[in-house]
Amino acid sequence: MTPVLETRALEKRFGGIVAANQVSLRLEKGARHALIGPNGAGKTTVINLLTGVLRPSSGEILLDGKNITNVEPHSRVRLGMARTFQINQLFGDLTPLETLGLAISERLGTGTHWWRTVGSRAGVVDEIGELLERFRLVDVMQERTAILPYGKQRLLEIALAFACRPRVLLLDEPAAGVPDAERQEILATIETLPADVTVLLIEHDMDIVFSFADRISVLVNGEMLVEGTVDEVSHDPRVRAVYLGEAFDG
Amino acid sequence: MLKPARPLSADIAGLLTARARWSALEFAFWIIAFASIFLFPDYYLILTEIVIWALFALSIDLILGYAGIISLGQAAFFGFGAYAAGLLAKHGLVTEPTLALIVSGLGAAVLGFFTSFLVLRGSDLTRLMVTLGVALVLREIANRFPEITGGADGLQGVTISPIFGQFRFDLYGHTAYVYSLIVLFVLFVIARRIVRSPFGLSLVAIKGNPLRSAAVGIAVNWRLVAIYTIAAAYAGIAGALLTQTSAFASLEGFAFDRSADGLLVLIIGGTGYLYGGLIGALIFRFAHDYLSSITPQYWQFWIGLILVVIVLVGRDRIGTWLDPVRTLADRIAAWRYSRRTRALGATSDGGGQP
Repeated sequence: MTPVLETRALEKRFGGIVAANQVSLRLEKGARHALIGPNGAGKTTVINLLTGVLRPSSGEILLDGKNITNVEPHSRVRLGMARTFQINQLFGDLTPLETLGLAISERLGTGTHWWRTVGSRAGVVDEIGELLERFRLVDVMQERTAILPYGKQRLLEIALAFACRPRVLLLDEPAAGVPDAERQEILATIETLPADVTVLLIEHDMDIVFSFADRISVLVNGEMLVEGTVDEVSHDPRVRAVYLGEAFDG
Repeated sequence: MLKPARPLSADIAGLLTARARWSALEFAFWIIAFASIFLFPDYYLILTEIVIWALFALSIDLILGYAGIISLGQAAFFGFGAYAAGLLAKHGLVTEPTLALIVSGLGAAVLGFFTSFLVLRGSDLTRLMVTLGVALVLREIANRFPEITGGADGLQGVTISPIFGQFRFDLYGHTAYVYSLIVLFVLFVIARRIVRSPFGLSLVAIKGNPLRSAAVGIAVNWRLVAIYTIAAAYAGIAGALLTQTSAFASLEGFAFDRSADGLLVLIIGGTGYLYGGLIGALIFRFAHDYLSSITPQYWQFWIGLILVVIVLVGRDRIGTWLDPVRTLADRIAAWRYSRRTRALGATSDGGGQP
């Protein structure tokens, strides 16, 4: 079976620094795959390469077996790939309502319409409502995003990726900086994703990784150290060495 | 939990379309604007000038206030439109003024389209310099071909035909003012429609965060090209209006002063809500008259001072000096909304309140 998302010997150099070195990944349809590694291992670089924010120095990226290495970031979204950002990347001047309405309009291809308002389509309105409820944003849907509390912004960050209805979802530390209570909410929401959506999760919290992922890749210094099931990876002596001092027994 | 989906959807639809509805204040604004035709017959010339400045500033607001593209060269399109209208009339190519206006606007749009690619990349500084450069280049091209443009003397011998063959441009500027005001109103309505559409929303998104915009599937560059082209058409039509109402076009149309003053007018009125350019043009013109009656030579001192104060009060972000007002409006809207939802929640949420 063709993997949904695949990279072949992906490499990214910034001057003399090799941020990603011969990274090869294979994600089957519906995979729950985690990408872990110490700080500065190049995890976010990999996501940026996958989404097209960065162009690789060499190597290939394939989506459904099709080479998308040179496809623009916005076109990759149209092809079904969405992401969240480790540091919130939101539209400060828009409300959550408008933000989600915008993303849904873009997905439906009505983003270039200039003669009618976002709310004039019933389907869009219902979908905005579902997302607002699911991510508990109803009470702040009218506030400017810039003045929302961090936790709400974080939820909007994830909701925005959901609004793209991706087939492949890349989550860059979705629960970063979120208090425990909301953390559970975010994780619970991620678990409600349809089974055929392929997820690549970058995460520091090993509890989350072990409870969510069925396969794990370990990235160290831009290189893929190990790839395997949760069990294999957690018992790998090399991984233990890398994470020396960190609780790695789940 | 039983949650009625209907009220929320209805709320959302209501909130999203509420922003598109005309407010009482806006009605008042336009009623007064059109009433001025009957109230101030002695001021037609000044009022026409204000309308043209307003339209020009509106074109800058479309790119700066919505898409965040800063320009010091919007006069490139103004001048182009001015000459286009002049040449069309002079050589009898398109004699009907409204048609000539549209053709001039389309011409400016084509120019805007091709120069838009120059402002796609780069920082604000790059954009300032590139737009400034384009305007200078066009001015010198117009200067270089006096046999077409009249060079430094301007385009002489322009006769404007009656509008629809009916309404002759009179000496008192009555026709000119009514015509300009209607053009401004029509273009304003279109601009208002544009900025409240998904397309307009995407511009605000791009202005706020181009990285995320691309990550939700927005083709950032094409949206910027589109709005830059539309804004160029607006500026071109403003220029064409000046030619048609004064039966004259000159190199002044391309002048750096015009770009700079247009920006000034917009910033005085505030960016990003469309009325900024209109209100700014009014304030600018009357401040000009008032100040120059007190200090004929040094009136620009006060304009400069006002500009510095506005930008500083706006905390370095250009044109945000109206933010406190807008935040207040937001707060009131949110408070009114929360009262409504609380009332709704009491009936639909089944005792969610502690």
